[in-house]
Amino acid sequence: MVDLKISRYCHIMDNKVFVDGSLRFEDRDAIGLKQFTKSIYRFLAPSYNKFFKMDEISRLGFLAAEVLLKDVDLTDYSSDEISVILSNSESTLLTDQNHQDSINDFDNFFPSPSVFVYTLPNIMIGEISIRHKFQGENTFFIVENFSADLIANHINNLFLTNKSKVFVGGLVNQSNDNYEAFVYLASDKGHLQHNALKIKSLYNNKIEY
Amino acid sequence: MEELIEKLKVQIIEQLNLEDMEPDDINPEEPLFGEGLGLDSIDALELIVLLEKEYGIKIQNPKDGQKIFFSLKTMAEFIQENQK
Amino acid sequence: MSFFLADNIISSLGFNTKETFSSLLLGEIGIKQIDNKEYYSETFPASMIDENRLNVEFKRVAEKYSNTSDHTKLEKMLIVSIDDALSSTEVNIVCDKTAIILSTTKGNINLLASNEKDSFEKERVLLWKLGDVIRNFFGNPNQTIVISNACISGVLAINTAAMYINSGLYDNVVVTGGDIVSRFVVSGFMSFLSLSPTACKPFDEKRDGLSLGEAAATIILGNSTDDEQKLVFKGGASANDANHISGPSRNGEGSYIAIKKAIIEAKISTTDIDHISAHGTATPYNDEMESIAIDRHNLCAVPVNSIKGYLGHTLGAAGIVETAILLEEMRQNTILKTAGFNNLGVSKPIFVTDRIIKKDLNCCLKMASGFGGSNAALIISKTES
Repeated sequence: MVDLKISRYCHIMDNKVFVDGSLRFEDRDAIGLKQFTKSIYRFLAPSYNKFFKMDEISRLGFLAAEVLLKDVDLTDYSSDEISVILSNSESTLLTDQNHQDSINDFDNFFPSPSVFVYTLPNIMIGEISIRHKFQGENTFFIVENFSADLIANHINNLFLTNKSKVFVGGLVNQSNDNYEAFVYLASDKGHLQHNALKIKSLYNNKIEY
Repeated sequence: MEELIEKLKVQIIEQLNLEDMEPDDINPEEPLFGEGLGLDSIDALELIVLLEKEYGIKIQNPKDGQKIFFSLKTMAEFIQENQK
Repeated sequence: MSFFLADNIISSLGFNTKETFSSLLLGEIGIKQIDNKEYYSETFPASMIDENRLNVEFKRVAEKYSNTSDHTKLEKMLIVSIDDALSSTEVNIVCDKTAIILSTTKGNINLLASNEKDSFEKERVLLWKLGDVIRNFFGNPNQTIVISNACISGVLAINTAAMYINSGLYDNVVVTGGDIVSRFVVSGFMSFLSLSPTACKPFDEKRDGLSLGEAAATIILGNSTDDEQKLVFKGGASANDANHISGPSRNGEGSYIAIKKAIIEAKISTTDIDHISAHGTATPYNDEMESIAIDRHNLCAVPVNSIKGYLGHTLGAAGIVETAILLEEMRQNTILKTAGFNNLGVSKPIFVTDRIIKKDLNCCLKMASGFGGSNAALIISKTES
């Protein structure tokens, strides 16, 4: 029986991008998530036009996965063995508000399909899956505070029941006044044990940033 | 017509979030979908909203969209014919 | 091993599974034209809950639990649904080995509208808060596990419950799900031009879009049962198309993978499958995609139905509503006809039911697909081995 290991993790918060706890990119001048995700995009230069179609929280999730998976070779695994399990507390509240604002007037309203489609949190999982051709399990959980227990337990269970071999797990959140992404890569290769305690401590690394 | 096409360019870039594009990058004769601007099915729906919101034109049958939204030029022609 | 212990459906056609199922057997259609500017400027068909009856039922349940707080329409639906499902089992909901999993796409989204803003506290619109309200009502000690994964949320929630029971994490899981018809979703689907002007017609050649519906449903799973007629969760999986965020895959890839993995976990072969409950939204692309996935598994001869022509697409509730209906079909060895279906309108020669079929149902497949390229499947059997 092979254990699940964590090989890399990434935080995006406070206009900074961290990989394995080390600062990788910063833009002190960016105001708000929209500007900051644009500058991360320019830094990474993935040349992926669909990025600009995404809502802000999907951009954040997309870029977190982009940083996490940069130069990672997953060719040993088939696409249906790679899963994305994410969570947050606000679902897609800001995009929901956007859509709601466009329909408040009963007589004169023009809802936008490209806003509406992003009012589901798992669209972000779809965007990451399309970009990296991941066809494994998908689940988006909504929890008040990040729960390492929930994510670790869910991923370990999927692994032990042979549903999947590689996992992108974590948190991607955007509230009215803040945003945060914490994602990690788990597979049979890596140097850290995949369990709730470890994930909690990696997540809490952010206090020292 | 020229004026309308220029206005449409700006509106399309804005409405479809084509942030990395400038109005001059869009050739009015080129197909908007497929190889051209690489627009997809959600963009087509968004163009239907644009016509209704900015020009008061309602497309009843979405299948007509294929012809109307073939290029910027066909779109401008359709607006001119249908605007009251 | 996980067993299906009890279930409930709160729909336009009934306030429990038996009542809803009887209506479907009689061919009653819950989808009606709605003419209400608060939802949309034009009339549109939808399947709506009887709110007067909901308030009466909720009052009874609230008195039973000595609860005097105000609750939203969706909370009332979920609470009444859970209470009814619990009443036919011995499952103790205040036990720490009992979890609640909530499946919803938009929860109390109606509270976001400007005219509703002050009716409840601000965070009530958040989905974890909805989970909290539900568990506090029943006094469940565990944080509610909320899954919001578009239209596969319900099937995912059941799969997740079984996985947690099988691993020993919980003895019993109350899976509940619900969504309401709101201006938010009606206008959104209108902008997608995906609503049919009439009650939807799954798999039909004249199908022209989906119908929305509101519902709550509950399925209780547990690690043991005394039932003579056991209904066993055999396997379940999800998969992503990795193709497009709103359009389903043209070759049914994600759906195909989800079914394949569910079959592997269930340790059955495709020839064991007696009946398929499809997602069957009645949009041109979804139904075509499902027919391809079914064909790729050589299941074209197996009776397939969709119940969305009766109850509409109930979003986060759909997977639970439709699994509860499937369980009742298995209990009664009766396959429902597909309301709205007349002539096959998909490219593969699948067997869509145009009448009620009596058949021994030992092993059945449930399919679901949704935005974000998500797909899920689960398999239920009457036998444990």
